[in-house]
Amino acid sequence: MLSDWLYVGIFLVIATFLPFVAITLAGILGPKKPNRLKSTIYECGIETVGETWVQFRAQYYIFALVFVVFDVETVLLYPWAVAYNQLGLFAVAEAVLFVLILFAALVYAWRKGALRWF
Amino acid sequence: MLTEMAIFIFLALVVVASAMAMLLSRNAVYAALFLAMNFVTVALLYLILGAPFIALVQVTVYAGSIMVLFLFVIMMLGAERLPGGEPLRGQRVLAILLGCVLLVEMGLIFALRSGLLQIQMPAVVFSEPVDLGELLFTRYQLLFLVTSVILLAATVGAILLTRGDKVSLRDLLQRKE
Amino acid sequence: MNATLVIEWVVKSLVIILVLTGGFAYTTLYERKVLARMQVRRGPNRAGPLGILQPVADGIKLIFKEELTPHNADKFIFTVAPVITVVPALVITAVVPWGREISLFGRTFTLYLSNVNVAVLYILSVTSISVYGITLAGWSSNNKYATLGGVRATAQMISYELALGCAYIGPILIVGSMSLVDIVEAQAGVWFIFLQPVAFLVYFLASLAEVNRAPFDMPEAEQELTAGYHTEYSGMKFALFFMAEYIKMIAVAMIGVSLFLGGYLGPGIDRFPILGPVYLFIKVAVWLFVIIWVRATLPRIRYDRLMALGWKVMFPLALLSVMITALVLLFVES
Repeated sequence: MLSDWLYVGIFLVIATFLPFVAITLAGILGPKKPNRLKSTIYECGIETVGETWVQFRAQYYIFALVFVVFDVETVLLYPWAVAYNQLGLFAVAEAVLFVLILFAALVYAWRKGALRWF
Repeated sequence: MLTEMAIFIFLALVVVASAMAMLLSRNAVYAALFLAMNFVTVALLYLILGAPFIALVQVTVYAGSIMVLFLFVIMMLGAERLPGGEPLRGQRVLAILLGCVLLVEMGLIFALRSGLLQIQMPAVVFSEPVDLGELLFTRYQLLFLVTSVILLAATVGAILLTRGDKVSLRDLLQRKE
Repeated sequence: MNATLVIEWVVKSLVIILVLTGGFAYTTLYERKVLARMQVRRGPNRAGPLGILQPVADGIKLIFKEELTPHNADKFIFTVAPVITVVPALVITAVVPWGREISLFGRTFTLYLSNVNVAVLYILSVTSISVYGITLAGWSSNNKYATLGGVRATAQMISYELALGCAYIGPILIVGSMSLVDIVEAQAGVWFIFLQPVAFLVYFLASLAEVNRAPFDMPEAEQELTAGYHTEYSGMKFALFFMAEYIKMIAVAMIGVSLFLGGYLGPGIDRFPILGPVYLFIKVAVWLFVIIWVRATLPRIRYDRLMALGWKVMFPLALLSVMITALVLLFVES
């Protein structure tokens, strides 16, 4: 079992190697003639105005917050799905209850407008 | 056994180093990234303990969703650059002092109750997801349902706290019309 | 654990990575050709017969380009972001089986890299990690449009991840295992697309959103965001983002084929196991064709509608599909 993870590890190491090699190779082979104009940011073609790293909309944050809750729910359904054949009727009822309670959470978020973009 | 120990020590060093780097970095985005690295390395520790399910849940939930939430908070507040200096005077001295106390406490516990150093691997390993699922829905079924209620409460709380009675953009637009 | 075994797995990893990068190069050509034909054009046809040398020419051009880094960008993250976008795209394919066992040079090889018992969860967690590269690329460019594109991409990807995660549960319920090898083998009788049509549809649409393809390509909507998160990138670093997008497309197609379309199974697979990769290749090519077809047909969805679709339609639908599957299985058994 652990050896299967070792193979994934080998694959990960080799896969990390590829983009590093590509960037290094391009860094060696590509021309390098920097000047001041080239290192300005492009943005949208005209000169940039103001700070970039400013405050963002709070809506992104609310989506991420609701996402964390439902991500936990989804992950908890996996062991249930795998063991489903071994489990009895009671476990099925329990999972249905679990999903219903979280569905209530989704409906609440929906009704309160947390899932509305604007 | 020796290789396992070597891997463990290497991973433990990475965990501690990334936690320290997270505390010391001046840029909040770097701090968040070090924390993500910490989470992933802890997941690798779970993996070598023979608990792949917990390891992957750690990656999905912590590194994949909670850290994304943190990144959004940082970007939302525009708080990438942390101010230097101490917001509270004498904070640093106090923190070092308390940290040392905690370290001594931990050392004492390890020294006095040496039984902790002889923990054996549990006889039953729940590395198969099937076993885990069965356990979750037989012995811990009540806790499983409690989890869903906690998640519901978390959703309600989060929405109440963030939304409040703010007017949305849509309301503003409709009012204008 | 001996040396030959390690060498075997290093060779397998290299083969998979080479196939994926080669697949990336030719998927770009495939897409340009198919799009051109759908728009009654010919597409690239100058480099080599039928333009088959076009990806090689593009690659050589990109290697010899000068790379620019904006002076006020966060240099370290700006360089690392393409790498952490490409790596998850490659690594996610580690658990997808290519076929059964074959005998070669007097040895038996399994045609998959790794058969872990939590493969589907592994796919979900690598997907959740893959949002970092894009967010960080946008943020580190110090460009307003790029930052916005990066944040948008992240919000979109996490929203559709829920629907994606629920779509995986249907096949797991039927098979009772998270290993992709088991899931593919369980489809020897009937493909899961017929047992799980809703989950399949949700998977197909959510995976388009997950790899930021049309009609969900909001993060790089050129009309409003210049080019999105990779506006400031040039040369090889830009090529890496491009590569990540196409490798993700291939990976998504491979996973979808394994979950719903019988993976490497096909007629004659019992007698000739070598046909496994061939069947997988054909099915992936068809899946990619559909993705390109969707791009040629559908206009881009507005961002608020996209989020609403993910949260209010796809996610409840996927959950409902899981519950119905569970109930039907219960009745079938008793």
